[in-house]
Amino acid sequence: MTDPTNPLVMTDSVSLAPGPLLQVSDLRVQFATDDGVVKAVDGVSFNLERGRTLGIVGESGSGKSVTSMAIMGLHSGKNTTITGQIRLDGEDLVSASRERVRQLRGAKMAMIFQDPLTSMHPYYSVGHQIMEAYRVHNKVTKQVARKRAVDMLGRVGIPNPAVRVDDYPHQFSGGMRQRAMIAMALSCDPGLLIADEPTTALDVTVQAQILDLIVDLQDEFGSAVIIITHDLGVVAEISDQILVMYGGRAVEEGPATGVFGQPGHPYAWGLLGSMPRLDTGRVDRLKPIPGTPPSLINVPSGCPFHPRCGYRGEVGGDRCVTEVPLLREIAPAHLAACHLTSDQQSSIWARLSEPVSDLSETRAGSLLASSDPANEVQS
Amino acid sequence: MITFIIRRLITAIFLLLVVSVITFAIFFLIPRLAGQNANELAAQYVGRNPTPAAIQQMVERLGLDQPLPVQYWHFLKGLVAGENYSAGPSVTYCPPPCFGYSFRSQLAVWPQMVSALPVTVSLALGAAILWLLGGVSIGVLSALRRGSIFDRFSMGVALAGVSLPIFFTGLISLELFSYKWPLFPNVEYVNIAVNPLLWARNLVLPWVTLAFLYAALYARLTRAGMLETMNEDYIRTARAKGLRERSVVVKHGLRAALTPILTIFGMDLGLLLGGAILTESTFSLPGLGQFTVLAIQNQDFPEIMGVVMLAAFFIVIANMLVDILYAAIDPRVRIS
Repeated sequence: MTDPTNPLVMTDSVSLAPGPLLQVSDLRVQFATDDGVVKAVDGVSFNLERGRTLGIVGESGSGKSVTSMAIMGLHSGKNTTITGQIRLDGEDLVSASRERVRQLRGAKMAMIFQDPLTSMHPYYSVGHQIMEAYRVHNKVTKQVARKRAVDMLGRVGIPNPAVRVDDYPHQFSGGMRQRAMIAMALSCDPGLLIADEPTTALDVTVQAQILDLIVDLQDEFGSAVIIITHDLGVVAEISDQILVMYGGRAVEEGPATGVFGQPGHPYAWGLLGSMPRLDTGRVDRLKPIPGTPPSLINVPSGCPFHPRCGYRGEVGGDRCVTEVPLLREIAPAHLAACHLTSDQQSSIWARLSEPVSDLSETRAGSLLASSDPANEVQS
Repeated sequence: MITFIIRRLITAIFLLLVVSVITFAIFFLIPRLAGQNANELAAQYVGRNPTPAAIQQMVERLGLDQPLPVQYWHFLKGLVAGENYSAGPSVTYCPPPCFGYSFRSQLAVWPQMVSALPVTVSLALGAAILWLLGGVSIGVLSALRRGSIFDRFSMGVALAGVSLPIFFTGLISLELFSYKWPLFPNVEYVNIAVNPLLWARNLVLPWVTLAFLYAALYARLTRAGMLETMNEDYIRTARAKGLRERSVVVKHGLRAALTPILTIFGMDLGLLLGGAILTESTFSLPGLGQFTVLAIQNQDFPEIMGVVMLAAFFIVIANMLVDILYAAIDPRVRIS
């Protein structure tokens, strides 16, 4: 099926292969540091079909970016250990040679980053950088590559692309730069696009435009998209599936409707509670999750979320401290890693999502007992 | 871009004018402020135990009795257009750039400097190429293999290079490679037009000596710059595009790290006279450095003035070239 002399030829033939485009199973990424081994990703599995969008959600340090960098093969350094499997079109990337992964990078999987200003080289024109990306994987002349760059810039909505192609990144606005980054990422028509916080550094008005653009281009190119963010609003808008990560592990995953409509993990409740919503009535105060993300060197025993969890009492005993909860199906195709029973989960969520503002205050009071003044200032 | 170059050119000319004012002031204004009159000034130009008539003649010849602005005008005119020196009935024309005549040899200063220039240029360019290539490549390799034995070793050598003075390394290399193991015996300057091979062979030791100091500096600078740029987001983007590691390092990493190095390179090339003085003295090369040392030893004011102006000229020109090169490298500089 593959032509060993030209690995890029396989792009067309393998896209007919059955099964999901991306299969990640039991992915573990560890960094050896002076302080100990950082378990940045600890046994994450998920599948992604062509044309679908997966949203990976979590706080800073939850392992979401590390996961995406592992898929792209961008972890270098001898202190990094990656185990498990990452199958792109059936081909395992973890065991593949660096050279092979490099050939796939940009051609079959591409990535856009958080800050489009620092992500583009300041010394090269936008067109040059797109042409460079295109010419690594396609043996074409400069003229052909330039035409491709102009085409791509036009497609991502840069006005007057034939002229702007020669502009430098600093001559573009933030939104235009991210558009150019998208043009660069999609120039080789990759099957998988990973967007790592693509809208975080942008103006709110521009954010929606960029998301719309990603959705439009996804329809046009038929790529699978992984969108990594801490902004639930972003993933709610465009994702088919959601993966909630905490402390390097998947704590909840399922269809977007399920995770947003009937979340089963207290951490997901916390994330949803710390986000303003229009559909649950007016809430006086947003509820941040108390505490800080766990150390990835000394991950808390049992459930990594237990030090910050307000529902340990409802589980009973010390299971939360001693026993690692496994992902368990709480609804069709919807998994959560929590010791609470499905009934407990749905009744607590029903209570939490009631559109009553006095309830939110009592809960806020119970969770924020010690850090009230700080939150007063924020709200 | 063209307006940028023109702007830089105008700035350079203005700077050179300022330098000429300062040089003139040092040699003609400050002695007056210190209380010397025209006769005393002229006496320095005439030799020991001069007759009053000879001093008077010199005062007239140099125009020392005229107001300072007029004197400066003559000085500037001499630099740009040449000047007629009248001594009694005879008139000598000193062609531009005219720095006057040496006290001791009575020769015009400029032709002497011109004959010394090829030696210094040979020394400087050869050493500059050596230290730029050597320093930058060692710096890049060190940065890419940070913490490795190569990195530690080369940074240790670099520390030695920065610390050891030229006259020390120069004499050691002479002793080792010219006398003990005569790989490069009889180091003396040979004109490149006469025998290019001998020219190069005899310059190897001076080149290496001078380049060692600068290469050490540049290796450290490049290493620091590369360590910084290789952590930039755009390097991650370049890798994410699937570029080969070599392109990532050279086209994306080194290109950005090279900008500050280029700035310093321009400065160093202009300032090289300092290094040339020591190297030329150590290896007895008849270049501008040695010319300077002799001029200062003999208190030969016209010669010292010439060297000062020439050195300033080199620094200004080198900086201008670097600015223009900078704009060519970094597009953000062009717009201001």
